Amino acid sequence: MATVPCPECSANITLESKTIVGEILVCPDCGVELEVKSLDPVTLDLAPMTQEDWGE
Amino acid sequence: MYKHPRIGVLFSRMRVEEKWIFEAFEKHAVACERLDDRSVCFDLENPGPWRQFDAVLERSISYTNGLYALQILNAFGVPTVNSAAVAAACGDKLATSTLLGRAGVPQPRNMVAFTPEAALQAIETLGYPVVLKPLVGSWGRLLAKINDREAAEAVLEHKAILGSVQHSVFYIQEYIHKPGRDIRAIVIGGRVLTAIYRKSEHWITNTARGAEGEPCPLTPEIESLCLQAAQAVGGGVLAVDLVEHPERGLLVNEVNHTMEFHTAQPVSRIDIADEIVHYVLQVAEARMVVA
Repeated sequence: MATVPCPECSANITLESKTIVGEILVCPDCGVELEVKSLDPVTLDLAPMTQEDWGE
Repeated sequence: MYKHPRIGVLFSRMRVEEKWIFEAFEKHAVACERLDDRSVCFDLENPGPWRQFDAVLERSISYTNGLYALQILNAFGVPTVNSAAVAAACGDKLATSTLLGRAGVPQPRNMVAFTPEAALQAIETLGYPVVLKPLVGSWGRLLAKINDREAAEAVLEHKAILGSVQHSVFYIQEYIHKPGRDIRAIVIGGRVLTAIYRKSEHWITNTARGAEGEPCPLTPEIESLCLQAAQAVGGGVLAVDLVEHPERGLLVNEVNHTMEFHTAQPVSRIDIADEIVHYVLQVAEARMVVA
């Protein structure tokens, strides 16, 4: 498990051991969606904003 | 010697469904290549690298990216789940409605118009309330329940002026007084796997809008209707959404071609991700036999 700061609000975010690259996390403090860009080292970036044609 | 199929999974976001799908591939000891649609590029003169895939599972979150990728892959001769034709049929509500109509599948009454004036006429033909839906979109977004003429005029004007050109194709659906729920059924390869109710006090009964899932008994009527709907759009891996009309019974509301199942899988206790992987492997193996 690694703890990294939220790139938006600097709150600590702890990653579970099964976290994988590409996964979306939600910052527990500011609620922003974050994408896991790499695991070694852990880097997070703001997830892309929802587009009109997104869905299922 | 057995040759393992080469599988690609085109995706945009690692949702829980994609995690389950990748885990299922691992469980089957099948290596699949993760193809982030933000990183891939296609050389239209050079299909070779893509032809090495025996099948590609399309899980793009963007309908546009997914559809174009499927069109390219199918043109290259790469089998995909689903096919570009199925994606085109399901991703556009008007395309879905026309295909369901042609196949005689019962569905809500829909009307289409290309100007606000003609749309207002169509709305008043159906009678209030009606629902205005964008042709492309998911998760219950940009749906408008129109209760009277004043609201109709306002929403039509907003769509015509503020929306993209596609928002001026007005897709108008009768409002159905459903019993606080709709039904989502999962259909894979001509089999209805399971169904769940999606319950909400809101008229939009989408889990992305807070609806909750409950088990729904799979009746012969639900099975038959879902299979008809799946066949009408071309089959594959699909989620068929049904609404219960108080007089006309079950109607097919939409068919999804890259369905989410984060609610259906735990509620039904059926490993939908594993079923999808089985189907993709069947598609791949069929191609390997031909090759």
